[in-house]
Amino acid sequence: MSDLDAFRAETRAWLEANCPPDMREPIRGDEDICWGGRNCQFKSEGQRLWLERMGAKGWTVPEWPAEYGGGGLSRAEAKVLAEEMKRIKARSPLSSFGIWMLGPALLKYGNEAQKKEHLPRIARGEIRWCQGYSEPGAGSDLASLRTSAEEVVDPVGGDHYLVNGSKVWTSYADKADWIFCLVRTDAQAPKHLGISFLLFDMASPGVSTSPIKLISGSSPFCQTFFDNVKVPKDNLMGTAGKGWEIAKYLLTHERDMIGGSDSTGGGQRDSVSNVAKRLIGLDAAILADTALRTDIARHEINALAFSLTMERVMAETKSGQGTGALSSMLKYYGTELNKERMQLLMSIRGSDGLTWEGEEKGDGDLARSWLRSRANSIEGGTSEVQLNIIAKRVLDLPGA
Amino acid sequence: MPLILTDDQLMIRDSADGFFKDEAPVAQHRALRDAADPVGFKRDVWTRMAEMGFAGVLVPEAHGGADMGHVAAGIIMEAMGKNLSAAPMLSTAVLGATALKQGTPEQQAKYLPLIAAGAHLFALAADEAARHKPAHVACQATPSGNGFRLNGVKGFVLDGAAADTLIVAARTSGEVGDTAGITLFLVNPKADGVTIDRRSMVDSRGAARVTLNDVQVDGADVLGTVGEGHAILEKVLDAGRACLAAEMLGLSGTAFGMTVDYLKQREQFGQKIGSFQALQHRAAHLFCEVELARSATLKALQALDEGSDRAPMYVSLAKAKAGEVAILATNEGVQMHGGIGMTDEYDIGFFMKRARAAQETFGDAAFHSDRIARTLGY
Repeated sequence: MSDLDAFRAETRAWLEANCPPDMREPIRGDEDICWGGRNCQFKSEGQRLWLERMGAKGWTVPEWPAEYGGGGLSRAEAKVLAEEMKRIKARSPLSSFGIWMLGPALLKYGNEAQKKEHLPRIARGEIRWCQGYSEPGAGSDLASLRTSAEEVVDPVGGDHYLVNGSKVWTSYADKADWIFCLVRTDAQAPKHLGISFLLFDMASPGVSTSPIKLISGSSPFCQTFFDNVKVPKDNLMGTAGKGWEIAKYLLTHERDMIGGSDSTGGGQRDSVSNVAKRLIGLDAAILADTALRTDIARHEINALAFSLTMERVMAETKSGQGTGALSSMLKYYGTELNKERMQLLMSIRGSDGLTWEGEEKGDGDLARSWLRSRANSIEGGTSEVQLNIIAKRVLDLPGA
Repeated sequence: MPLILTDDQLMIRDSADGFFKDEAPVAQHRALRDAADPVGFKRDVWTRMAEMGFAGVLVPEAHGGADMGHVAAGIIMEAMGKNLSAAPMLSTAVLGATALKQGTPEQQAKYLPLIAAGAHLFALAADEAARHKPAHVACQATPSGNGFRLNGVKGFVLDGAAADTLIVAARTSGEVGDTAGITLFLVNPKADGVTIDRRSMVDSRGAARVTLNDVQVDGADVLGTVGEGHAILEKVLDAGRACLAAEMLGLSGTAFGMTVDYLKQREQFGQKIGSFQALQHRAAHLFCEVELARSATLKALQALDEGSDRAPMYVSLAKAKAGEVAILATNEGVQMHGGIGMTDEYDIGFFMKRARAAQETFGDAAFHSDRIARTLGY
């Protein structure tokens, strides 16, 4: 038996013994997703146990080094773990911006003390993070952000930054424990060079949040205000004035997350044509609405070609044939496709898809999901910004 | 199989790219067009392609071929697309070889080595309707002597004027539109009753209208089983469609590259036009589209090599996507070149013409969207 086979056998046995039965059932709604954090309201004892057990093994972040609370697994072992979890339909124990966004940046840019302090608590789901990037006056032009962090020499209370300003579109800021935040530490420097990357506790005096109600009716985002918030100088990640580099690195991870994993026709989700077949039906083996059939087929061709492109880009990256700068392409195309998918699902359901509340909703919040999808091509850099990036970095067009 | 070229395939790509750039560049296409060349390609280029192993790319080694597979055939076709190189690669090396591999041991032994050697050209005489419809076969084959007598018209036969043997789809039973009852025949174009009329085409490639008037063929000239030609025809067409997708991918890449270069050179309003966001976004979008066409095309070629059940679906995906992208790339190319893009002197127009012809050949994006929908059950 090879080492990997042995690992698979151990993993299978451990998962069998430790994954609670209700954590093997499909996720039905947002409340089934566990985000961890100090104030986490577990939906069930099974959810709590599952996070605790997986966190203790570091398997919430299988490939992070064990010294920082990760599983210390090789790429191949992590793949085995993922396959074995899929085999028993185990839910992910933890959803976390700490894992998806901050963690990779901390591993690359954080100092030893910061890694030791934050990574294990991210891995165990003890601290829930939010992202302080956009501002009311800095959306697509993120580098024009104005939230200031002024250095204060304080022999008594310790040297610190005094943070003032406001962030917007901070996902779940009202539920988060800590924030990773872009601030301006040098007002005189050119706009990309005066930015620093700060980590601080959302319980600090002077931090307040206000949820923003969206067209979908939900409020996943907040505006966040900083009024003379004291942040210890040790909470600076990387070098002062070099925060933009970290910001860009982290945005690449965010883009991959939005554009890739969850937005195409693949995965466990039913294809658009299957939904259409079920709800509209066939006439002589052809979808009974032939005009809609043409639109659906065109969409599915693009969705298939896109998922093959994701597969090819990954294979090329692995083998070193990569063409680079493709995360913007995947973000742009993936989100545009997902919006198209939601529009087609709305068309298929017709007036039934318009239901907002009540018993008639049937199989879900389609109207709300459709409205939510409109944000895909705005958050994490708009489609237009992605096209700018492709024009500049891939095509090398002038003045872009 | 990872969706990526192997080291061997990367080497084939390098040698094919170099070969067509040197031996059959766009300038040669222009010269053939200017001469109104009746054949539409240069025979010495085809001879050298045979020496390179390109003509025998799908021919088994036992019959003297290189047997490199569909991915390799696609790589060669892509290189031809990049340079608009004309050669009987599609009609003979892809369609001819795929068809003959379905033949009797005698037919294989007779023809496959000739294909690999570049010594015998084939042409597929299947389509009758102007819009591709493989089962629309009205051409009749009636029993006669120890064989059949053929009557009918094939309107769009690629390389029909150059071919040494025609592969003719004719009906031995059933009605027009039935898949059953179609039979494939190997027909000598010099036989009594065969008339070949060369057609002048928008892309300057060789094509002909073939009229069959009481043409007598022998029983030994049937390819495959009588009445069951449709299955072979689909196999042959799918190999051709995937390779056309690869050719369109190649021509899209060149048209796109020419356009981006032009955006970096041309100045208006005192600046490079490539600095205008209206054009940048269209170019960036086109970049993404070409990448999608590339993935779909490679998947189709790999699926053919694997003999996968899903190969026809992936072939249609590739033909639909690469076709749509080739039209977009060449439309955008001409538009972004502005007035100069409309001139005959400039090459971009050749790419637009070839894109249109390749898109129409063996089913356009609409045909293949419909085929995918049917495959997926809707």
